[in-house]
Amino acid sequence: MLAFLIERLLQSAVVMLAVALIAFTLFNYVGDPIENMVGQDTTIAERQQLRHELGLDDSVVVQFARFVADAACGDFGISYQQQRPVGQIILERLPATFELSFVAVAMAIALGVPMGIYTGIHRHSWLSHGLMGLSLVGVSLPTFLVGILLILVFSVDLGWLPSFGRGTVVHIGWWSTGLLTLDGWRAIIMPATTLALFQMTLIMRLVRAEMTEVLRTDYIKFARARGLSNRAIHFGHALKNSLVPVITITGLQLGSVIAFAIITETVFQWPGMGLMFIQAVSFVDIPVMAAYLMLVGGFFVVVNLVVDLLNHVIDPRLRVDRVRVGIG
Amino acid sequence: MTEPLLRVENLRVELPGRRGVVTAIDDVSFAVAPGEVLGIVGESGAGKSLTGAAIIGLLEPPLHLVGGRIAFAGRRIDNLPGEAMRRIRGRQIGMIFQDPLTSLNPLYTIGRQLIETIRTHLDLAPASARERALALLHEVGIAGAERRLYQYPHQFSGGMRQRIVIALAIAANPRLIIADEPTTALDVSIQAQIIALLQRLSRNSGAAVVLISHDMGLIAETAHRVAVMYAGRVVEIGPVREIISHPRHPYTRGLMNAIPRIGGGRDRLCQIEGAMPRLGEIPAGCPFGPRCAEASDACRRWRPQLLPAAGTDAACWLYARMPAPTGEVVNG
Amino acid sequence: MSSIRDCGLTACGWALADLVAPAAAGRPGALLRRIFDSDLWWSFRRSPVTVAAAIVAFVLIASSLLAPWIAPHDPFNLASLNLLDAEHPPAWLAGGSWRFPLGTDQEGRDMLSAILYGSRLSLLVGFPAVLVSMVLGVTLGLVAGWRGGLIDTVIMRVADVELSFPAILVALLIDGVARGVLPRGIHNEIASYVVIAAIALSFWVHYARTVRASTLVERDKEYIQAARVIGVRPAKILFGHLLPNVIGPVLVVATINLALAILTEATLSFLGVGLPPTRPSLGTLIRNGNDYLMSGDWWISLFPGAALAALILSVNLLGDWLRDAFNPKLR
Repeated sequence: MLAFLIERLLQSAVVMLAVALIAFTLFNYVGDPIENMVGQDTTIAERQQLRHELGLDDSVVVQFARFVADAACGDFGISYQQQRPVGQIILERLPATFELSFVAVAMAIALGVPMGIYTGIHRHSWLSHGLMGLSLVGVSLPTFLVGILLILVFSVDLGWLPSFGRGTVVHIGWWSTGLLTLDGWRAIIMPATTLALFQMTLIMRLVRAEMTEVLRTDYIKFARARGLSNRAIHFGHALKNSLVPVITITGLQLGSVIAFAIITETVFQWPGMGLMFIQAVSFVDIPVMAAYLMLVGGFFVVVNLVVDLLNHVIDPRLRVDRVRVGIG
Repeated sequence: MTEPLLRVENLRVELPGRRGVVTAIDDVSFAVAPGEVLGIVGESGAGKSLTGAAIIGLLEPPLHLVGGRIAFAGRRIDNLPGEAMRRIRGRQIGMIFQDPLTSLNPLYTIGRQLIETIRTHLDLAPASARERALALLHEVGIAGAERRLYQYPHQFSGGMRQRIVIALAIAANPRLIIADEPTTALDVSIQAQIIALLQRLSRNSGAAVVLISHDMGLIAETAHRVAVMYAGRVVEIGPVREIISHPRHPYTRGLMNAIPRIGGGRDRLCQIEGAMPRLGEIPAGCPFGPRCAEASDACRRWRPQLLPAAGTDAACWLYARMPAPTGEVVNG
Repeated sequence: MSSIRDCGLTACGWALADLVAPAAAGRPGALLRRIFDSDLWWSFRRSPVTVAAAIVAFVLIASSLLAPWIAPHDPFNLASLNLLDAEHPPAWLAGGSWRFPLGTDQEGRDMLSAILYGSRLSLLVGFPAVLVSMVLGVTLGLVAGWRGGLIDTVIMRVADVELSFPAILVALLIDGVARGVLPRGIHNEIASYVVIAAIALSFWVHYARTVRASTLVERDKEYIQAARVIGVRPAKILFGHLLPNVIGPVLVVATINLALAILTEATLSFLGVGLPPTRPSLGTLIRNGNDYLMSGDWWISLFPGAALAALILSVNLLGDWLRDAFNPKLR
């Protein structure tokens, strides 16, 4: 177990370095950092001075090392657009994205898994067919369209929910949360639903497919032959066996939550990291883009690691057995 | 004569498909006495496994039972609602499948699977259930049961897994065990052990066994009576000694001839010409007709029922004492 | 994201090769007959949903490609725009007219025409993007599987790292880099090419992986060994012998990816980093309309949205059917 953990940690470190390298290349070589920081009437001599002070004439390796060290401490440079430390901007925006993603994922799992189980067990009921049809729509509708539709119905027509912003926000330390106010909840429902929809349909289809496969296996047939109750078979045996690939794929899909958060935040003007990133791309604000890249990369690495560990715990076949496989 | 434990009468199972309805099991009848071992033998596709599945009520849709009746201990079981049939499964009738590798849930310890089965049918506290699980493992010949309870299926070899499967099937002491090709997936050396185990368990508990196999040798050594299936029907049924030494039905005769004997003085293997028809293409009249050297006109036109044939019952017009439907007397 | 099931490898390849052979031999009539006779066509006709999807897809695609000829107005001709026509609702509502059947936007542009041209652009970006990613991915996959060793490792490591990021993010990144590197004016001009490149560079991975896996399997088969022994040049082996046998699943992935490509382009445009407002695709139109949602001009974003949804949905359904038709397990 320990060997496994160490090996995976090393792998993760390598991937992180690769991501950092890309971010660094972006940072230094796309456009000129100096040009973006100074006014037009700064002389060439002054620019050279600045370049030297910032260490931009050191060797690539040194610069990269400094870049990584800085990043590890949370120093991502100064935003071109906002002229203040990127780290600060990120701290401001992180809670918004985190809460949105968290609520969305919780929704997706809480609704997707039961729906998947139901449609997996009762394959041919009209409800199942209906849900499957809706799921196809859910997979095909672009996220921003869903957001726009929701805004049309609930904001424009009915006026129940706000179409932008986080509502009233409570500050605890450096964190700001919208989940402690009714206002905040009203503001988060539509964006979270929009974000959750794609995930939900994906999870539902996945769970259904896995359940169907599992319910066809020999050990389920044998379980039935032993007279186990439907409840024991569906929720005891079938579910556990279905969950292994579901957990893996859902975990890996967390990445798309990040991507879709960008879109959702744009539609609802949600002041999170996604919106920040888009604005940075429009403005070509390289430090912000690089920082976002590193953070997201780090996030993925951690998620992949957790998923691997979870799998290892749940599926005993993946544990390397020191004891010799049974004798005769 | 004692009341048979299991009586199957005129069983008929159909499979609706893309190109119409196909009859998978056609008018199959047999009975199993308490404590008896009945072998069902036949080629792949003859309907043996389906018969076993039908008895225990596990036909997979769209296969379904359309005719006949199945009675267990005098009670009719083919038309029971789901929950009632579930209570019979495992408790009264147990079933073993072919592949021990896939019969056990890989994610649960065998102890958990055993205890779960025991507690489903017998009202025992966890501690007593555990005791029984240990006793079962011991009975099927797994050493070190105490330790083994906490292990996973992939930590056992094929033969041991099949023993665990048997332990699971007899956990609630069923009176009938259906064994569907229980040794086909195992090494030859292990096969003998597993069969010996089944025989011992049957004798000790008095349970009857329906042993389904394509291996005639296995049946010969294990069964008391044999039913030979062909194209979804029973073509011959009788005591195993008789079937082996004096097969009456031409198909059974062909099967027996095809078994090579040491010192038999033959230099070529005997085959039955042709192949068993597929389910949708069974000819009218006797299904074996096209391949039978002794087929007559009656065989092509009318389907024979099981007729007494001096020692066994054979579905063949050769043994009709009564006039065949045309009016002529066939073979006195 | 499509479901992650592979279809039988050689089965697909043979089925397709079988179908295409007569055309390749120069007898297109025979090809048509074989298409209508085949299993594919039969399973197609049996599913009314797929037939409907095919019809819708066909109508949408045809009408958008013919936009320059069938659109009632030219929404890009600034001279023909009249601000008095601005923000007209659709024809069946009060204030609308049949001159502008689906209404107009804030500058007086006819929505129907804009949608037709917009769909055209979406397709003109989507198709090439899929094509480029397919060519790129298949080639890299073939090379990786064939050569093995360092090339293989490098290509696969890159693929792995890229795969752990969602495609949208990769596309955004590439787009952002392009913006940073190219001066603003030029970027607008070649925006569609940038988007094609961005999408292609995010999607090639799917093909590369599948093709590499198939190549590894086929590489050791006898017909390939035989070709090598005879002395056929590697390039010819790769593209002449190996490719037809691994192409099956690739085509299925391509159909699914088409819907994804259209969706990705629309998303990029909606976010403001795709096609510019001067030559808008459906995504850009929706972005534009978003600003007018609260003031009640819902048609400016909803109709392009509906067109986009219809397009993606029908292509998705077609892709689903193709996958099921090629899957030998389901027959």
